[in-house]
Amino acid sequence: MSRGAQRLRIAVTDDEAPARSRLKDLLEDISVTIPIEIVGEAQSGRELLDLLADSPADVVLLDIRMPEMDGIEVAQHLLKLEEPPYVIFTTAYDDYALKAFELHAIDYLVKPIRLRRLHDALVRARSITRLSLDLLQNIAPEARTHLSVQERGKVTLIPVDDILYLRAELKYVTVRTALREHVLEESLSRLEREFDEKFVRVHRNCLVARSHVEGFEREPGEGEARWVVKMRGLDERLPVSRRQQHIVKELGR
Amino acid sequence: MGSINQNRQQNALPDFRNLGVMLRILVGVSVMTVAAAATGTHSLQTWIQMWITITAFVAPVTILSLVVLGAAGPWLRRMDYRFAVVAIVIMELAITTLAAKFSSGLLGNTRDTMVRDWFLAALATLLLLGYFELRARALSPALTEARLQALQARIRPHFFFNSINAVLSLVRSEPRRAEEALHDMAELFRALMADNRDLIPIRRELEICHQYLGIEQLRLGDRLTVEWHTESMPADAMVPPLLLQPVLENAVYHGIEPAAEPGTVTVEIRLSGETLRIRLRNPYRDQARHQSGNRMALANIRERLQLHFDAEASLATRAAAGVFEVEISLPYVKERR
Repeated sequence: MSRGAQRLRIAVTDDEAPARSRLKDLLEDISVTIPIEIVGEAQSGRELLDLLADSPADVVLLDIRMPEMDGIEVAQHLLKLEEPPYVIFTTAYDDYALKAFELHAIDYLVKPIRLRRLHDALVRARSITRLSLDLLQNIAPEARTHLSVQERGKVTLIPVDDILYLRAELKYVTVRTALREHVLEESLSRLEREFDEKFVRVHRNCLVARSHVEGFEREPGEGEARWVVKMRGLDERLPVSRRQQHIVKELGR
Repeated sequence: MGSINQNRQQNALPDFRNLGVMLRILVGVSVMTVAAAATGTHSLQTWIQMWITITAFVAPVTILSLVVLGAAGPWLRRMDYRFAVVAIVIMELAITTLAAKFSSGLLGNTRDTMVRDWFLAALATLLLLGYFELRARALSPALTEARLQALQARIRPHFFFNSINAVLSLVRSEPRRAEEALHDMAELFRALMADNRDLIPIRRELEICHQYLGIEQLRLGDRLTVEWHTESMPADAMVPPLLLQPVLENAVYHGIEPAAEPGTVTVEIRLSGETLRIRLRNPYRDQARHQSGNRMALANIRERLQLHFDAEASLATRAAAGVFEVEISLPYVKERR
């Protein structure tokens, strides 16, 4: 294999500066025996995605407990990259995830991290379990805080709270915010399960954000009049199917 | 979940599988049979004869009872105490009935004393249960205290390992700061592991808080700012040890660490009349996953306040408009010199 010849590109992610500098010290020690290159460091998932857009990495060292988005969610967004990096999670103490990691043979390092452990993890990085959306959502069943889409080689994050509606098209889902539309390759029924607290189905192909519903209107159609929902900040009206008409009463105001 | 009141999961019944408990039951029953034999006898001889007759009936009942109680013990102890008592009395009546049936068959006993036997069995059972309840009550303050101590010494593992990691990161580049941080950690852990039953002056508690914050600052840097308003604080006020530090730790853990932006924790300590008021505020975002630790620390402080000051002290929390607030009031007790 060509592992020996190629340098392993590594990105470090942790919200705490001392933890990042400790990791870099250790990686420097390791570079004596394994050819590695630190492509950069990030203090949040968002920063990491920005970093990887410019300098791709083979391995990401990813802290689990971080503000805005935890490491497990970040790993889900990393999957949207053309070539997702291998992820090695790091944690000081996080009982809820570690059991699941062991169960699924996902690699993790416990802080303070020993040189030897980091070395071994990097050596076997390419043979560890490939993460998948199913696997990660299984470990952290809480809803994501962001959705992510790949646009022109870069992963764009969309805060779930900004989304007005999600509509299934033929092979993808349209994500609508007040500003623009994104194209997401996920299934609407899975999104409905994940975000059932924030979104409600108004039609076979459409979920709307409860908090952004402005009101319902009757719209005359051929034959019978039908209900449509008006979203805040959007002129477009979305049809409510006959089957889902009960939500007009539930959310109507 | 993990409150101090874990004992409430088990009622006041003793562990019937404990050898000491069994022995106490045997001795108790024997004393009662001796006393029962003494009633209505005039000579020592008839007393002994009477005692042998009674024991021939009571001993199998007692031993069978111990076996049944030993088997049903764990189940009984999880029940509501009153139901458990009723269940035990019914069990004893059943065993007594069984023994009476057998003894009348075996010994040809024709005494028709079932009602009296039932009455005595129920009485003996209740007396013994009453004794065990009194004993449990006498022991419980010591148990409570032991548990308080144990909880106090609990250090959040997350904090512990992250701090060590932070110090490790300094060892190469800034050895002096690493030394300083290790000293802070040593003193903080000394305070956490000390015998914390007695009140301490509040200035000492603030020292502990500053050592703790020194370590957190190392990790969090600019993300953490703490504002102190202690101008009108009486430095000689006596407070339970570790009254404020765990609340600060909560504030950092729930308010600063999960936030993307830097945050400020505000601590205000002042005297109003004869009451010392401590108010702590931190930014707060609703995150359900990390709530249980919070409740445990606060419940522990509340309980210790009660232990020291009873109804005169209070701890209240409020969460509104992105701010979490803890307010502690306690009587102003001056340090004795």
